[in-house]
Amino acid sequence: MSSERRLRIKTLVMILCMVVCANVGDLMLKRGMTQIGAVQLSLSGLEHAFRLTVTSGTIWIGIFFLTGFMVSYMTVVSWADWSYVMPAGAFGYAVLTLLAVIFLHESVSPRRWVGVVLICVGVLLVGQTKPRTTETVAVKVNEAAA
Amino acid sequence: MILVTIMLCVLICGSTGGEIAITYGMKSTGEPARLRPKELLVFLGRALRNGWFWAGVPLMALSFYSLLVLLSWKPITFVIPVSALSYVVGTLGAKYILGEDISTARWAGVVLVCAGVALVTAG
Repeated sequence: MSSERRLRIKTLVMILCMVVCANVGDLMLKRGMTQIGAVQLSLSGLEHAFRLTVTSGTIWIGIFFLTGFMVSYMTVVSWADWSYVMPAGAFGYAVLTLLAVIFLHESVSPRRWVGVVLICVGVLLVGQTKPRTTETVAVKVNEAAA
Repeated sequence: MILVTIMLCVLICGSTGGEIAITYGMKSTGEPARLRPKELLVFLGRALRNGWFWAGVPLMALSFYSLLVLLSWKPITFVIPVSALSYVVGTLGAKYILGEDISTARWAGVVLVCAGVALVTAG
């Protein structure tokens, strides 16, 4: 496999990890906070909410996925262009809309569908370009450590 | 309206500046040799010792705080679509600060994504 092709596949896999982790993480936080209920803005209310938050398994699963998002993001921008990763990551908005229709049977306005189509076409266009256009400034971590 | 515009600038410039600083930090850290847990941990250890990463964090915090302030002033259907402009500002930053080569196809894609995100978040 050519190095160009390998780079493209590696970048797209990491972007997919970013999108999945960010969406699952947000969903878990939302579910966890819904289970906890509305937070009262008083000292005792905040203390109570903090205790429930740190003992909630759902919240920890959300934090785990959001950490996964941060790690994938930091890793992918170490080799790929930011202007490639940033718009490609917006694919999550389209995925969320599709998931909302399929699993939650939500109705989606025509304006939102137009937005989803624009995002998909935009991501396809960006995906056609080279993932890395700058020189590799950095030495690979393990080579440097050796 | 002037205050809203200033806060929108803080939001967009803060998030763009923060992400550019983190990207610059990660590029100077160097990519992991392989995508395996041990190499990733070594990479993260080096990344967390990079000053550019820590320069990006407060900028992103500033951007998050300005988002909260804006949401208390204006409806979400205004704030989030307008903040999609950060895709365009970010691409300009990538070109002039990070030195990335932005082809016509990439520009077209970024503009479409920006418009798409604005439409999706406006509902």
